[in-house]
Amino acid sequence: MSIFVDEHTRVIVQGLTGRQGMFHGLRNRAYGTQVVAGVTPGKGGTDVEGIPVFDTVKEAAAATNANASFIVVPPRFAPEAILEAAAAGIPLIVCITEFIPAKDEAMVAAVLRRDYPGTRLIGPNCPGIISPGRCNIGITAGEIARPGGPVGIVSRSGTLTYQALYELSQQGVGQTTCVGIGGDPVPGTTFIDCLAAFEADPETRAVLMIGEIGGQDEELAAAFIAEHMTKPVVAYIAGVTAPPGRRMGHAGAIVSGSSGTAQAKIEALRAAGAIVAQNPTEAGERMVEVVSRLA
Amino acid sequence: MDLKEYQGKDLFRRFGVPTSEGRVCVTVEEAVAAAETLGYPVVVKAQVLVGGRGKAGGVRVAATEEALREAAGAILGMDLKGHRVKEVWIEPASDIRREYYASFTLDRTARQYLLMLSAMGGVDIEEVARTHPEAIARVHIDPIDGLTPALAEQAVATAGIDEGREELPAMLGALYRAFVEGDADLVEVNPLIVRSDGKLWALDAKVTLDDSAAFRHPEWEAYRADEELDSREAIARARGLNYIGLEGSVGIIANGAGLAMSTLDVVQQVGGRAANFLDLGGGAGADTMTAALEVIATDPQVRALLVNIFGGITRCDEVARGIVAALERVRLPFPMVVRLDGTNAAEGRAILSSVVSDSIIVEPTMIKAAERAVAEASKAVA
Repeated sequence: MSIFVDEHTRVIVQGLTGRQGMFHGLRNRAYGTQVVAGVTPGKGGTDVEGIPVFDTVKEAAAATNANASFIVVPPRFAPEAILEAAAAGIPLIVCITEFIPAKDEAMVAAVLRRDYPGTRLIGPNCPGIISPGRCNIGITAGEIARPGGPVGIVSRSGTLTYQALYELSQQGVGQTTCVGIGGDPVPGTTFIDCLAAFEADPETRAVLMIGEIGGQDEELAAAFIAEHMTKPVVAYIAGVTAPPGRRMGHAGAIVSGSSGTAQAKIEALRAAGAIVAQNPTEAGERMVEVVSRLA
Repeated sequence: MDLKEYQGKDLFRRFGVPTSEGRVCVTVEEAVAAAETLGYPVVVKAQVLVGGRGKAGGVRVAATEEALREAAGAILGMDLKGHRVKEVWIEPASDIRREYYASFTLDRTARQYLLMLSAMGGVDIEEVARTHPEAIARVHIDPIDGLTPALAEQAVATAGIDEGREELPAMLGALYRAFVEGDADLVEVNPLIVRSDGKLWALDAKVTLDDSAAFRHPEWEAYRADEELDSREAIARARGLNYIGLEGSVGIIANGAGLAMSTLDVVQQVGGRAANFLDLGGGAGADTMTAALEVIATDPQVRALLVNIFGGITRCDEVARGIVAALERVRLPFPMVVRLDGTNAAEGRAILSSVVSDSIIVEPTMIKAAERAVAEASKAVA
């Protein structure tokens, strides 16, 4: 099994006619994902290599029975695009857009929580979600992932997600689902959401978690692991050597005082029983060991 | 982007937060002229982006022109915790009866805004948080509902604030608007004072703006022009790169904040130190890569360069084309080690094969590339 997506997931791409939307929408389709429609206001009635384009999500969803949306639009339009998809009844929304203002993210999170509690948003500022061999929504290069499980991956960083997939696949260890939750201050889906889903997924037998400095989400995840996870967790936290007080790219990755430091997160995860690696390669190696003991 | 006090106060005034009129001055003569208009006594405050200015001698009161000349002369040009003071803010001195603390920020964990309010203001608030956590009222605000008057009153009551409690909710409302409509990540007033005439007043202003919201704030350009960046940071910013200068000798270019941070970690683990953090961001094309190389090429600290790319939205062939194009224009004074993986990696490596040499090296993995770059850097030193 996989979490959040599977081979029946039917995806619309909001922003399919844009440069990035077209490249990654078509690439997702080439991977085998059911990309059933695109949405670009004003371009309804056209198509992108046979994928019909609609003016609104509502029209696209009605015509195609879509149950997921891939949002690849500029930051100033992304909050509205997310809420449009939620209002059209799309249960899973993947938004890769980066540089959305934090206030807009907080507002979107509040509206989703109040009006659309059944909607799951993954991202923003994330690489998306891939269940190898079944469904790839987002910008991950599908060929670096390996089907068949048994590892679930959850990561705040896009590029480190790829690194993790790559390390495991190179060693012959497959993945059930890999979720990039994004590095922004208010992610739609958290580590805990993914850990809980992986714990419930019979095919997933171990979880690789990649965090980074800033915020408290890894500490909260550690508490969840201690209390609820029966499956082994290997973790890596990026930013051990990051200088304090400087914003390292991700809006969330800022260290102030001792809160949110790599050290605090590493200690919390160790105390929770997770295996903590020093770098992505070592995380891959530790996971290979864990998996070999499972067999 | 962090604002200086006078810029923060400018933002406050636009949203009706009561704060002093004053002048920014870069010379003693300007300060004297400003004080004549404003009226003595005045306060002279160093305009640098560091906390604890008062304790460090960056804030002084002057009752006469003579005292002002001495104070402004001492503060202008002084080194304040590593920052040279180029500007002072002159404002009329306020008669302080009480000092409070107020701030608005986003609580990431709660996914709501957070108002922190304390009757113990005017001091190191981190110290208060440590020793008297109960002295700070923490009130969460739902972004949809905003800061309601009832919520503001509740915060004032929880903080145990008596003097000014009638007027404070309205002032908190104005600060909240400055925070939300101003697209700030942080708005902090310490101290928020009760003057001897009973008026509430923002005596200081600490504001951090959300850079992602710049598209709806053309007025921020003025602040940006005034930012304290080193020259390479300024060039990188102008080209849309996220660059931070560090202390070591291995230059780093990576795509994505996570991979860039991780590359820093790995360089240290194999015995080196990073000279910088340069994140190309998502979807970097050839031009971005060229710009990044141009920025690093001018860094005298760099003894070897590590380019670590894992393509997702970024396509390795474009990165490789950018490297080839840059090498035609820029002579790199140090060896470069490249690692490419992910989207179009094979195409990228094929493009790079035309430039591979003793000083342009391609390595297959992140660890190997880091080891090689660190080895090249130490060779260059020896």
